Amino acid sequence: MTNLELEFCGVHFENPTVLASGVLGVTASSLKNVVRNGAGGVTTKSIWLTEHIGHNNPTMFGTSSYFMNAVGLSDGGLTKAQEETFPEYNEDKKAPIIANIVASKIDDFGELAEKITISDPDLIEINISCPNVEDKYGKPFACDRGDAASVTRAVRGKTRKPIIVKLSPNVNNIVEIAQACANEGADGFCLINTVGPGMAIDIDLRRPILTNKVGGISGPAIKPIAVKHIYDVYKATGLPIIGTGGVMTGEDAIELMMVGARLIGMGTMVYYRGVEGFGKVVKEMEAWCKKNGVKNIEDIIGVIP
Amino acid sequence: MDVKNFDTRPVALEIKKIVVENESTNTYIFEYPLNGKPGQFVMLWIPGFDEKPFSIAYDDGKKFWLTICKVGPATEELFRFKVGDKVGIRGPFGTNYEVKKGEHIAVISGGYGAAPMYFVTREALAKGVKVEFLTGARNEDLLLYRERVKGLGGVNLHLSTDDGSVGHKGYITHVLEKLLKEKKIDKVFACGPELMMKAVGEIAEKADVECQMSVEKYMKCGFGVCGQCAVDDTGELVCKKGPVMPWKYVKKLGEFGKYHRDAQGKKHYF
Repeated sequence: MTNLELEFCGVHFENPTVLASGVLGVTASSLKNVVRNGAGGVTTKSIWLTEHIGHNNPTMFGTSSYFMNAVGLSDGGLTKAQEETFPEYNEDKKAPIIANIVASKIDDFGELAEKITISDPDLIEINISCPNVEDKYGKPFACDRGDAASVTRAVRGKTRKPIIVKLSPNVNNIVEIAQACANEGADGFCLINTVGPGMAIDIDLRRPILTNKVGGISGPAIKPIAVKHIYDVYKATGLPIIGTGGVMTGEDAIELMMVGARLIGMGTMVYYRGVEGFGKVVKEMEAWCKKNGVKNIEDIIGVIP
Repeated sequence: MDVKNFDTRPVALEIKKIVVENESTNTYIFEYPLNGKPGQFVMLWIPGFDEKPFSIAYDDGKKFWLTICKVGPATEELFRFKVGDKVGIRGPFGTNYEVKKGEHIAVISGGYGAAPMYFVTREALAKGVKVEFLTGARNEDLLLYRERVKGLGGVNLHLSTDDGSVGHKGYITHVLEKLLKEKKIDKVFACGPELMMKAVGEIAEKADVECQMSVEKYMKCGFGVCGQCAVDDTGELVCKKGPVMPWKYVKKLGEFGKYHRDAQGKKHYF
């Protein structure tokens, strides 16, 4: 038997798989269903201070090699999270919950962090890297070392919960940005967010498929980008990482852990394997560990020199 | 892991024909081998505007129909489209109704729910199933598919209107209640407003008849990723587990008949 349990920023996880933000995260019952299907933890959809209307459909589509989305971070706002999502999830909590927060102003991140802390999430994940709001709010904070540091500082000043910063791969030097966040008190990272943005055209209709024209790319194709960025950030900071990006199988998860991921975030996997995929990935990780004589999953974290 | 058959990019299809059903309802006919089953739905993209789920009203493997009621900005935009204009279609998605040879079924609908029930009826008749077709609306004008169903052999048609302009005066559920007492029915299928379907489920259960229904919730992707159509309290998705679900499952849903959610996931009580 392989021990898949581990601690992440002092929080205990039964297995390393975590639902990534943005998928199946609209309601507490949906998050609970993800846990019932085998996930070691869940992340909420990005929570805004106030209700946020996303983009019109089409907001997403997939192919055999990649997936694209521009949902536009639709959300019922902090009130919905405080009054509904967290109380309902926490009443019979079976796995850790990560509150993902997003804002368009740096000060709002601080206020959100302070208020969501009262709802008692296990971790707070700061979404500074969603590319889909770029048109409206300028460059994502994740693309600027100073902005990323300011957001981290704003959140750090308002909560004692562990904070993890979700990083964008769409930058020249992810290590610089990660270090800037670490210097301001980030406890860990989640990476990578979607790649791009990209664009796809329906040639028969002669228009972009996504209403937002551009969207973040995820799915099998982006895994090598995730592996490279996780490798770099882990080497540079040594902080715990939720490795996310293109993980479809237990073997993919092992690959990301070998370069430093401590937890494994999965979102687009649900498109390819359904919500049942969480349990399947966990089984595949176990099988690989058994075959390779790995007793503790922790033993493979960051083994790649 | 096999990821070969995962393409959810829309297919651009020309509107081949538009049949005006009444002042707020059109049937759009497309020539395309969609191969949808009764109860399944497609996502229809109104280019430059929005994309919404619609039940399949008919599909013979060469062409398919969508009967669409003007209910909001997206459908209003669609109603400006003409024959020859192109829209995007993805699907078919979701679960479907199933019948067995020799069965005797009752299909019950309210308003534009009649369209997918017509598809169920066509398929059922082809399999040698006897069909009681019950449909109700506020008035005669809003009764859909009545003439098409009349043209099919082997169907008993039961109508109701709120104003009594045709058929039973009152709810179609009253007609079902009476029918289940008079005839031996094997299955009841329902498509219509949620509160009507709740009543149907309860009536069928009381009569000890198996019942399935088309559950409608706000959808974004239609293929099991966004989580918008997750239902309380199971957290399962209407686009995957449904839209056709057995009453024995639906009745356990805490939200059924009580509230639905909007695009931001906020609750709205009926």
